[in-house]
Amino acid sequence: MVDFVYLVPLFPLLGFISLMLVGRRLGEPAAGYLATAACGGAFASTVVTFFGIRGLEEEERQVTKTLFNWVIAGDFGVDVAFLVDPLSVAMMLFVTGIGTLIHLYSVGYMHGDPNFSKFFIYLNMFVFSMLILVLGDNLLLTFLGWEGVGACSYFLVSFWFTEEKNAMAGKKAFVTNRVGDWGFMVATFLAFATIGSIDYLTINGTAAQLSTPVLAALILLLFVGVMGKSAQFPLYLWLPDAMAGPTPVSALIHAATMVTSGVYLLTRVNGLIYEALLHAQWVTNIIAWVGVGTAFFAATIAIAQTDIKKVLAYSTVSQLGYMVLAVGSGVFVAAIFHMITHAFFKALLFLGSGSVIHGMDDDQDMRRYGGLRKLMPITSATFIIGWLAIAGVPPFAGFWSKDEILLSAWDLGGLNGKLLWFFGLITALMTAFYMSRQVFMTFYGDYRFGDPDADEVDEAWAAYLAHAQDAKLEAGTAADDAIEAHTKAVAALETAREAYVDAQIELSQAADEEATVAAQKVVDAKSTAVDKAEAAEEKAQAARDEAGAVAKAASQADADARSEASRRVEPAPGEQLTAGAASEFVPAAVKQRAEHHPHESNWQMTTPLVVLAVLSIFGGLLNLPFTSDLHFLEHWLEPSIVFEHKFAASGLTKWILAIVSIVAGGIGIMGAVMIYLKHNADPKKIEKPILLDAWGYDRAVSAFMGGPGAKMFEGIAWLDANIVDGMVNGTGSFVRGSGSAVRRLQSGLVRSYALGITLGSVALLAWFLVRVAA
Amino acid sequence: MLTPTYYLVLSALVFSIGAVGVLVRRNPLVMFMCVELMLNAVNLTFIGLAWGLNDIGGQVSVFFVMVVAAAEVVVGLAIVVAIMRRRDGATADDLSVLRG
Repeated sequence: MVDFVYLVPLFPLLGFISLMLVGRRLGEPAAGYLATAACGGAFASTVVTFFGIRGLEEEERQVTKTLFNWVIAGDFGVDVAFLVDPLSVAMMLFVTGIGTLIHLYSVGYMHGDPNFSKFFIYLNMFVFSMLILVLGDNLLLTFLGWEGVGACSYFLVSFWFTEEKNAMAGKKAFVTNRVGDWGFMVATFLAFATIGSIDYLTINGTAAQLSTPVLAALILLLFVGVMGKSAQFPLYLWLPDAMAGPTPVSALIHAATMVTSGVYLLTRVNGLIYEALLHAQWVTNIIAWVGVGTAFFAATIAIAQTDIKKVLAYSTVSQLGYMVLAVGSGVFVAAIFHMITHAFFKALLFLGSGSVIHGMDDDQDMRRYGGLRKLMPITSATFIIGWLAIAGVPPFAGFWSKDEILLSAWDLGGLNGKLLWFFGLITALMTAFYMSRQVFMTFYGDYRFGDPDADEVDEAWAAYLAHAQDAKLEAGTAADDAIEAHTKAVAALETAREAYVDAQIELSQAADEEATVAAQKVVDAKSTAVDKAEAAEEKAQAARDEAGAVAKAASQADADARSEASRRVEPAPGEQLTAGAASEFVPAAVKQRAEHHPHESNWQMTTPLVVLAVLSIFGGLLNLPFTSDLHFLEHWLEPSIVFEHKFAASGLTKWILAIVSIVAGGIGIMGAVMIYLKHNADPKKIEKPILLDAWGYDRAVSAFMGGPGAKMFEGIAWLDANIVDGMVNGTGSFVRGSGSAVRRLQSGLVRSYALGITLGSVALLAWFLVRVAA
Repeated sequence: MLTPTYYLVLSALVFSIGAVGVLVRRNPLVMFMCVELMLNAVNLTFIGLAWGLNDIGGQVSVFFVMVVAAAEVVVGLAIVVAIMRRRDGATADDLSVLRG
């Protein structure tokens, strides 16, 4: 039955090929169901393989199934061979199992996407590569899968590549992982050079004979690869950006499976790490501290994120740090246990967030969520189960596995172990806090999707102020116009008065000069002049009155506008919008959201949620700590792991540690309740901008790589082009140069050749004679 | 008294004439004849020493040299004839197409 293992990668491969050929013609949703069936077939074959392995004696549970010889070079050989053992089977079970669920979910999630079938091509190719990675019995075959999943990750992160942000995110993931792959490749070369073989069984078997420097170099180089793939500090920074991909991809690749392959690799070479634990503990200490440091660091960042998927991304980085901590503590079972439970609940959380995003018109900002519990009952119920699992609430799955890791750190002993444990514990507290924050912001509180958020309120205020400024300017212009009119009217009045006075003077002069001549005329002229002057004055007075009224109104409008504008120049930060004031200026997006009605997702999406929720509740049953009989996972993995770990801590210590971690989780949850549910404190005190900015690490790396780093690498490129290539090219041009110099000897003249032969023979003869004589 | 020394001196003389002939003459046919002179000088050495040392091996070697010489003449003359067909004359110094 172990032979069924061949079918495991074959199913996704067939799915991949057939989708390549006919995917577009199958269309939606048939292509999706075909891919789901392929992954389901792999799962079924894995289950059969599982029973096949279980049926063997415990000592025989490491079966190598060789397909063909891949590389043959002298004594060195690499086969395409599958190492079927409890570890790889356990990994395959959850890769294919969760993979199938996520395939099904994707059928619902990708509904209506123009590249529907292409998405499933990548998904099946990913599952195939992942299975090769898991099944490979040597570093090279694992590397093949390792690169395959990396390529699929790249394709899927930038799946919606028409937006530049997404394309950049994919590129970032790919380039960052190349740094890690460098470590993996050099480690493979080193294993070949020192051990002479790169298959895991030989490497683990000869670990004890390796010298300490070689052992340390092997482990640390592999660990560089792990830092890349499993998103550990300092190479974690691609994972949060990878959230640009469709949410099922985030769940499958960037939370549940691919990112755990680094931890899987370290567990594969557990013989090496066990040897380091015995003789070179500083090596494992590096691993443990990088793990706990990453866990802690990422958790602080997760606290302030506003994007629902970014929180989960940093949470994933943090949880991977836990697994690495477990490996560094030498407790591989705890690492695998957490890997499995994490796959359950993190896939659940991601799919849940995808369901929310889907229902909320592709909006990912948690500040706009709230009160979704009633609108999305299935999503919220399952999400809450995932939250309880990751927050470490017993009896959900996450509690058992996280507690086991904290216990392993404590069990290292000494100050080192206690410090590791302490940081792990604080991380657990923060995990509980930020996950509770997420749940409360999303599912509790008031429904406020149609309300503008803080940024949009600011935007509305800005628009309003700009508008008020315009009104003020307009009023000012009107007032200026009125004043001008007034001035003109006054001037007209003055002219009229002058005319009146002139008329009177004219009148009296006329009276004097022609009093007797035209007395009647005088009377006529007088009355005409008086009428004219009076009419002019009347007209001017009216114009003046009117101008005065206009000027008054204008200055009133000006004053109003000024006072209104000055009242709003400095709105209190976050001032609520009141009706009639700035509320008309909210961005159009808000109005669009207000008209949107959130809805529960369809059955393809909710079914996986329910299954994963059940697994998140009961996942702890795999390895309950109470009695040895309940350590199912530990007993199952025994044949794969060189060293059987026994905790030194007493039963009482274990209980105390468990209670302490429950209390820590409780504090985290209560803190979130106070701030986000009861609003007893301002969230801004916790959500510092520097946390939202990930401590500026991302920007610092970009600044370095854009400036001095780029110069440094340009320098190295120059060295490569001129010194390294120069030596190679120099050899070539030396040969060519000396050749063209010596070429002249070949004159083509037979007689000169004959002369050469003769002279040579004479010289030889002379030499012989001298030797004989001597 | 006849000793091998006479033969050796004669043979050295003939060989030198042949060698100088090859070097100074430009006519391929004359050069061929000079090569034959050199070969036969060597043959003379073989015979002289075989006689002087009373060893039949030297005489046997002569047959081989003669066979090789015959073969060489066949090939060589064929080349000369071929060249004569294509060119007006056959001066060794003109045939330098293999110049590097």
